[in-house]
Amino acid sequence: MINSLDPRIAREQINEDNTIAPLTEMDQFETYEVFHQKKRGDQHVHVGIVHAPNAEMALLFGKEQFGRRGLSVNIWVVKTSNVFASDYDDADIFETVPEKQYREAGGYKVMDKINKYKKENKV
Amino acid sequence: MYGNAYIDPNEKANAMLAGEDPIKLAEFEARIARGEKIEPKDWMPKEYRKQLIRMIEQHGHSEIIGALPEGTWITRAPGFKRKLALMAKVQDEVGHAQLLYSAAETLGKSREDMINDLITGKSKYSNVFNYPAYTWADACIIAWLIDAGAIINQVANAKGSYGPYCRALDRICTEESFHLKYGHDNVVTLATGTPIQRKMVQEALTRWWPPIMHFFGPSDKISSHTEILMRWKVKMASNDDMRQQFLNMYVPKIWDLGLVIPDANLKKNEETGKWDYTEPDWDEFKRVINGGGPCNAERLAVRRMAEEKGRWVRAALLRKDEKYVTPLA
Repeated sequence: MINSLDPRIAREQINEDNTIAPLTEMDQFETYEVFHQKKRGDQHVHVGIVHAPNAEMALLFGKEQFGRRGLSVNIWVVKTSNVFASDYDDADIFETVPEKQYREAGGYKVMDKINKYKKENKV
Repeated sequence: MYGNAYIDPNEKANAMLAGEDPIKLAEFEARIARGEKIEPKDWMPKEYRKQLIRMIEQHGHSEIIGALPEGTWITRAPGFKRKLALMAKVQDEVGHAQLLYSAAETLGKSREDMINDLITGKSKYSNVFNYPAYTWADACIIAWLIDAGAIINQVANAKGSYGPYCRALDRICTEESFHLKYGHDNVVTLATGTPIQRKMVQEALTRWWPPIMHFFGPSDKISSHTEILMRWKVKMASNDDMRQQFLNMYVPKIWDLGLVIPDANLKKNEETGKWDYTEPDWDEFKRVINGGGPCNAERLAVRRMAEEKGRWVRAALLRKDEKYVTPLA
């Protein structure tokens, strides 16, 4: 019998060799990805996962795990199995080239033309 | 040139790399050398995965087991404010375990397997938690100095190479800064209080000093194994360096309070700039890690009881259609 300094544990009268059956698959449930919004107007940001038996409890655990401190106004939970993700091995799909300047604001420079026009036409 | 393009499995130094694809290994090492993080689905050497699982899992177990000696004092913490603060701290520690288990899960070990390995004694946890918190002052010393040690370790590891572990540690370190201030406040209150309070905190410090010196582990063996783990940014600082950092930051703060550290040889060496100290008793460390400490049996028995008592609730909540997939990040 364990003679603990902790009165709560001493009261339980636990045996040192209290072997238990091992945890089986799914004992800890599936996982939900948690998205947290700090304040209205912000994007929800992925902050981690929780294990939970259903969405309601995932929200509860998400709030406890990721909303204990600081600002929070809203969280989302999404079953991990419902998330479709791209593959890091395919990261080259995001690669770009200098010729794609036409997609950027910086790709459009007009001041030279305007100044030249003004000078030539004495505007 | 970062990758060992050619690996000789017969060479002892490279045994841990045996069987790895040399091109993939070179890409992996180059990515780490560029300061990029490794993410769960990336290719990684078997040894990298194995060492990270071991390390992150042990870290998670330490948070869970570490909550036990402190939890002991919730009902007896002096006053309402201290009770609230200690409950918040213990909740944080359990939350840290959740974050760490999640990071280890991304490497392919299920949470059930981690818990099974903890409660059967197969996995280790931080040795300091095999010692009891005799008085309230012990809980205060743990909150200040053990958490201080943990922060040094965690700040170093947060710069490691595995993305999910770094993300978990960043969040953990933020919360630990509250623990450190809370612990310091408690110790200062006792040390500047009545003679009985001072005596209590001095006795707790005397009891906890040897486990604190053990905290970072024995000096690292200079081995090719350690060298590779450091190159892979799995191990971020040597045990001795972290111990020195701790002494440098906290010994002056302890002395400021007029408390006595029970080591007559402890002093800063002006020539080397490092702290001299009596070598901790590493036989005692090994004896306790292998189950011979005052609380090893209690810690695991309590954990098994909690697992067993909650089992029917979890079984009742489990739906047939639930299916586990490895978390994404």
